[in-house]
Amino acid sequence: MALQAAAGQASAQQTGTQRTITLRIARSNPAHDSSTTGFDDFDVPYEKWTTVLDAILEVKKSLDHSVAVRYSCRQATCGSCGMMINGRPRLACFTKIDELNSSVITVEPLQNFPVIRDLAVGFDSLFENHREVRPYLDRENTELEGVPDGELKEYPQSPEELEQYIQFANCIKCGLCNAACPTMATDSSFLGPQALAQAYRYVGDSRDKGKDSRLKVIDDSHGIWRCHFAGSCSQVCPKGVDPAMGIQLLRGYMLGFGGGSGNNNQK
Amino acid sequence: MATAILRESTIMKIHYGTALAAVALVAVHVLMRLTSGGFAASLEYETVLANYRFLPYALMLEIILVLLSIHGFNGLRVILLELRQGPRYEKAVSYGCLAAMFALIAYGSRTIIMTNMGMV
Repeated sequence: MALQAAAGQASAQQTGTQRTITLRIARSNPAHDSSTTGFDDFDVPYEKWTTVLDAILEVKKSLDHSVAVRYSCRQATCGSCGMMINGRPRLACFTKIDELNSSVITVEPLQNFPVIRDLAVGFDSLFENHREVRPYLDRENTELEGVPDGELKEYPQSPEELEQYIQFANCIKCGLCNAACPTMATDSSFLGPQALAQAYRYVGDSRDKGKDSRLKVIDDSHGIWRCHFAGSCSQVCPKGVDPAMGIQLLRGYMLGFGGGSGNNNQK
Repeated sequence: MATAILRESTIMKIHYGTALAAVALVAVHVLMRLTSGGFAASLEYETVLANYRFLPYALMLEIILVLLSIHGFNGLRVILLELRQGPRYEKAVSYGCLAAMFALIAYGSRTIIMTNMGMV
């Protein structure tokens, strides 16, 4: 392709007012041919505000429409566009080219996930593990008996109780933490920092009554005890969630050091 | 596998507990080596036999053997479980580590008991 630059070519150039960057995109199509993987290089113009996702979409629009990428909101809310950018898991829509300080930007599919094509990976295991930890408030149906039709029942919570878990509620399920986790790289059955942090989000919620069933899921030979506390999950989270801390709090709770809301008897 | 009998949190409590206890007892063991006429002298054949024949010390060595065997083989189990997955493999690893742990404890205990009773 005439517009593709040679690999490794430094191309962050000043051409008039517009600069260009070399975007190296990992290409593979395991469903079609699992043996062929490689990189295609593209020279892409960029501005101060251009994100990596913008650059990839520019490639799709003008240079090679066959590049496969998943994205949606473009504002770090949906968690769809996670990928390895210069070797680190990041959201493409939340990473400006300018802040990478590199003339070559390499984008690859997220590690620890099966590749569907190019930059798109399968999130089945992420969502399955997420579902497994029962990510919802577990309450008794009988609590609603006697509540007149059309009326709402409230489960009040103090600001202090909210503080126990609120940062973990910011998770957007982008999978960056799982991609950065060294345990996930070797243990395919490990629940992963995303699911474990979400388990703490509900264990720490004073309104929840499902601790016992949730703790049974994570108290497994591939559950919470396999975390090595590398902390890389917390380093890469684009929403400032600290999954490593959630895992340690949950471990402390299971070892009897408190933590969690400890309120299975809440009325 | 061991987790069918014990929950993983119970196993890990034992893992951490044995580590803490072993650190304390090994510290006593090392200090006694250093304070009983110097390190080199403490390793002489007759001194070692005397240690084994001193019942409280032999008991401490037996406890250290049990603690380190439990801690070490559970650590090995955890490492092996992370390397590969699968029900049959995991069962083999768990039972294998358990068997190796009992074998080591039995062999070590045999040495301690025989020496303590003057059979060596």
